[in-house]
Amino acid sequence: MTTPAFIQVDGLEKTFPAPMGQAPVTVFQNLDFEIEKGEFVCLIGHSGCGKSTILNILAGLDAASDGYVFMENKELTGPGLDRGVVFQGHALMPWLTVRENVAFAVKSRFKRHSKDEVNAQVEKYVDMVGLTPAIDKKPHQLSGGMRQRVGIARAFAIEPKMLLMDEPFGALDALTRGVIQDELLAICQATEQTVFMITHDVDEAILLADKILLMTNGPFAEVAECAYNPLKKPRSRQEMHHDGHYYPFRNHLMDFLVNGPGTPYGEKTQPQETVHTEPEPAPGPRQVVNG
Amino acid sequence: MSQSLSLRAGIVSILLLLAFIGAWWGATLPTQVDLGDMDPEYAAMMGLDSVQESDIPTPGDIGSAIWTHLSDPFYVKGSNDMGIGIQLAHSLWRVLAGFALAALVAVPLGFLIGMSPLMHKALDPYIQILKPISPLAWMPLALYIIQDASISSIFVIFICSIWPMMVNTAYGVASVRDDWLAVAKTLEVGPIKKAFKVILPAAAPTILTGMRISMGIAWLVIVAAEMLVGGTGIGYFIWNEWNNLDLANVIFAILLIGVVGMILDMIFGLLGKVVSYKEV
Ligand SMILES: Nc1ncnc2c1ncn2[C@@H]1O[C@H](COP(=O)(O)OP(=O)(O)OP(=O)(O)O)[C@@H](O)[C@H]1O
Ligand SMILES: [Mg+2]
Repeated sequence: MTTPAFIQVDGLEKTFPAPMGQAPVTVFQNLDFEIEKGEFVCLIGHSGCGKSTILNILAGLDAASDGYVFMENKELTGPGLDRGVVFQGHALMPWLTVRENVAFAVKSRFKRHSKDEVNAQVEKYVDMVGLTPAIDKKPHQLSGGMRQRVGIARAFAIEPKMLLMDEPFGALDALTRGVIQDELLAICQATEQTVFMITHDVDEAILLADKILLMTNGPFAEVAECAYNPLKKPRSRQEMHHDGHYYPFRNHLMDFLVNGPGTPYGEKTQPQETVHTEPEPAPGPRQVVNG
Repeated sequence: MSQSLSLRAGIVSILLLLAFIGAWWGATLPTQVDLGDMDPEYAAMMGLDSVQESDIPTPGDIGSAIWTHLSDPFYVKGSNDMGIGIQLAHSLWRVLAGFALAALVAVPLGFLIGMSPLMHKALDPYIQILKPISPLAWMPLALYIIQDASISSIFVIFICSIWPMMVNTAYGVASVRDDWLAVAKTLEVGPIKKAFKVILPAAAPTILTGMRISMGIAWLVIVAAEMLVGGTGIGYFIWNEWNNLDLANVIFAILLIGVVGMILDMIFGLLGKVVSYKEV
């Protein structure tokens, strides 16, 4: 037996109680997957299949109806500082400045830190997302992308064992999204952070993820496939489509989303060398499923 | 542009005031009474004069009343003759005491109602019944139980200030955004810190609005309460001057009540600005 994974999800199921006179809804069931330490895992699936619910269960904000989540062999039963959450709507407190927002998290995590130590930690992570010039601004004075970066800094600043991100870039334009993706990629590669991220964007998943979980549609959704990213690290947005694995893998993911589950990736024929000659994608908005 | 707008508005305000005072002055001019062929001596004996002073005070009368009161506001010459500043201080003290006591009760209770749907449902019938009661209706009961006019007035202020503050606090607390609470949860923030660092600042603008409404009502009610129980205060002052048939003093007191009410409202407006935030 190999050593158990960092996160183990075992037979997870979520059923919402019946609204008056209707049958209860089982959103997903029989979920089994694992996340290794240092791994970047993306979850892709159509809207409403229960992705946010899964992330909330991992964060301890929601309870599963059945099944277990283990983290380092201990069952997860509630929220905790060992997991940092980047919320879909950034969830910054608008009455606090950037510095105070991040400090709120740092003080909760490092209760014995002195003022200077808190400040140093705050400034380090604000700098990491490139927001030092805006550190004393309130959220309403920032752009959408900057707010999302504060959310990321806040999650990183508590130095969690795992980062949970629910469509962190969903509300951003393609250009800003790309810039922040690059930043996130660099930070995660430098810190070997374990990440679980929900996305609608296939290219985002290919760029960032080591492993992509593909979910079928709800109700009774399941993780139908766990695809390992064949593109070698380090990946970059500019170079990634020159990789021979890029198009076959991307097509595979798109097929899954459009046509439903098929043969798992890798069990098909390996990509041919000729794929290098495929034309560059037309410039324009990236493919977003159900975005 | 906006500067010139407020300038023009100011000019219009002043013109309106001048027009009003002018009309007032015109309406209260002494009237020439036609005494016909009455013997002037007989007329004087009957208290009639060819020049009849108006019953209603003129702008000049009000001006001199203002001057008299403001030039010596703090004298005390006996229980029925005190400077306007002293009377005002009595009223303000009652309002502030009743308001502060109400805040001490309403804000924590509002927190409880806002956080607990059970308490919300359990207390709602009482609040709904108590809220529409005119605060002055409590006065006889208060006087009987407390046996002190001044404290009874404070109680009446307490009871009328409590509802807007409580209802607004409960509403503000209940509508704190879920994602801020989720942030607090994931950071394992304790209940006390959550209440003071997340819920209170999030609900503060709504709470302050409730306080502003309460203060407005309290200032309305204190005048009536003091008219009722007498003794001291700006309300009693008005009633007393009415009994003296000194309408100039009554009008002066009315103006003063308006000015003080406006200042109280402005203070709460400023406090509200301090705690407000722009949602994003
Ligand atoms: N409190 C609830 N009561 C009943 N049903 C719920 C509740 N919360 C969520 N659901 C249902 O659970 C399903 C999954 O919701 P969830 O938010 O996890 O979807 P999602 O995959 O994150 O979708 P999206 O991609 O649009 O964010 C939805 O069909 C939703 O209708
Ligand atoms: Mg979602």
